[in-house]
Amino acid sequence: MAGSPLAEQPSSLRAWLLSPEPNSRWQARLGRFYLGWRAFTRNPLAVVGLGIVVLLILMAIFADVIAPYSPVAGGDLRTERLLPPSETFWLGTDDQGRDIFSRIVHGSRITLLVIVLVALIATPIGLLVGTVSGYLGGWVDTVLMRTTDIFLAFPRLILALAFVAALGPGIENAIIAIAITSWPPYARIARAETLMVRNSDFIAAVRLQGASTPRIIMGHVVPLCVSSLIVRVTLDMAGIILTAAGLGFLGLGAQPPQPEWGAMVATGRNYLIDQWWVAAMPGIAIFVVSLGFNLLGDGLRDVLDPKAAK
Amino acid sequence: MNGGGGHGSALRSFLKQLAQFVVILATTLLGLVAVTFFIGRVVPIDPVIAIVGDRAPAHVYERVRTELGLDRPLIEQFVIYVKKAATGDFGNSVLTTNPVMTDIANVFPATLELATLGTLIGVIIGVPLGVLAAVKRGTLIDQFVRVLGLVGYSVPIFWLGLMGLLLFYAKLGWVAGPGRIDVTYSYLYTPVTGIVLLDTAMQGQWDAFWDAVSHVILPACLLGYFSLAYISRMTRSFMLNELAQEYVIAARVKGLSEARVIWRHALRNAAVPLITVIALSYANLLEGSVLTETVFAWPGLGQYITNSLQNADMNAVLGGTLVIGTVFVLLNLVSDLLYRLLDPRTR
Repeated sequence: MAGSPLAEQPSSLRAWLLSPEPNSRWQARLGRFYLGWRAFTRNPLAVVGLGIVVLLILMAIFADVIAPYSPVAGGDLRTERLLPPSETFWLGTDDQGRDIFSRIVHGSRITLLVIVLVALIATPIGLLVGTVSGYLGGWVDTVLMRTTDIFLAFPRLILALAFVAALGPGIENAIIAIAITSWPPYARIARAETLMVRNSDFIAAVRLQGASTPRIIMGHVVPLCVSSLIVRVTLDMAGIILTAAGLGFLGLGAQPPQPEWGAMVATGRNYLIDQWWVAAMPGIAIFVVSLGFNLLGDGLRDVLDPKAAK
Repeated sequence: MNGGGGHGSALRSFLKQLAQFVVILATTLLGLVAVTFFIGRVVPIDPVIAIVGDRAPAHVYERVRTELGLDRPLIEQFVIYVKKAATGDFGNSVLTTNPVMTDIANVFPATLELATLGTLIGVIIGVPLGVLAAVKRGTLIDQFVRVLGLVGYSVPIFWLGLMGLLLFYAKLGWVAGPGRIDVTYSYLYTPVTGIVLLDTAMQGQWDAFWDAVSHVILPACLLGYFSLAYISRMTRSFMLNELAQEYVIAARVKGLSEARVIWRHALRNAAVPLITVIALSYANLLEGSVLTETVFAWPGLGQYITNSLQNADMNAVLGGTLVIGTVFVLLNLVSDLLYRLLDPRTR
């Protein structure tokens, strides 16, 4: 049913997408998506942000193809150490004679891994805590929100530092630590959204049909909280990247010889004055990627959550 | 305000809110202690091995285990921990052998100095910038403030610090390098407050004072920038809110000058939520100081925590974490209290 109109010309594809009487749920959803996409692309900065993020993902997937040298194997220490940017080494080499460009390209994998895992761990926790807290109310709400407040009371990096100190340094522990410190704002947002819908008629209708509390929360409350959470998580990505890089800079994140950007800046610190590129280049990579996520997050907020946009 | 009776009831409701705050404060602080307890005692697989190492003989292991009170039930351990934390006893630092609280008292003024200067810079530059951006909405200055904010949210603070050192210290030689004061001057004054700028100025050691200024200016500007990025963005949004209100139109209709409308009428009303923002940014600078102090070898709480971390000195790390958490909570509560005190609508 939905297949045949797709084969027609693009102009009628648009008509099909914008059809006020969609023939299927699928068509309606695609139409919504198309409208959102049109609103999103009207904001050039958001498109730039999306471009940066797509580039990061492509770089991570094709790191082996893009990077001209190995990210971990050192070069000739007599002739290839701490070379300035040139045609052979685009961004110069570090103290082990490794090509900085190749290390940055491979480092995108670590950055992406951190973002994806933190989002996958922290978002469901926040969503669950927030919706349960908001829907049930009463003492459950009080206990859960007090706990959330306590986690919010610690500055994020400090709490992550303390966790990594206890767990031991390493990229996995850094990810766990950042995830533990990331969920409280999500729980707050999910709770606020839940409070708005919990007394609405459709929830009452579902309840009268005999749906159980878990079913109402999972099937009817959670989907309504997702869009504002996506915006918040995207806006948080930059913060997550910066926290991970900060942990790496302090030597608590990814361990050598892994090409983590923050740790690379820390190495470059020793050669700052004479070989500035060792510290400067990975820092620029961190900056560009978190800028990309900030721009993308702003754009998404305007599309998905028009109330919050100012 | 409006007669003695109204004032009395306002005071009473304020006292009631104060009592509520005390309860919230107490539970939050207890929660903070619980979290650090959890991190210190539960998360590590074996805190004894963390201290004595895995090759220690059995009797040493047992002795340390008893000394730490790990042979008792977890609840009992927690009660002891809370009691000690309430008196400011976080144990001794392995690295310096001093009580952690003494160490923290020694390093905290340095962090305070940096964070205060940073916030001052942020307020002095950020508020007028935010106001200008709101008044001249959509113009070049508005875009400038937006970019300033975006960059501030995206740039790694430690990297910007390093680049600042590279440019202003190594290449241009405008400022002094890492550290708080040159060694030559470090014995010319006696530390009284622990804040070098105050100490040297009070004792008339102006050479030392200017040296301290040239050391502090770069890290302070760095923190100031991050504070400014946040404060200007929030000021802009509060001001836009105020400028759309009817009293602004009324003031303009009355024939007040534009400057008076903006700075006296609108900014005054925007100032109330701004207090919260400034307190928050102050608290965030305490956090930002961890990385900044590492970059600038600034002997404050941040550097103390990272040094302790690198030496697996858990008492010091958790003590520092708890102190920063407490300051964070207190700042939040104070700003909340001020907000309620200053904004009549919340009464």
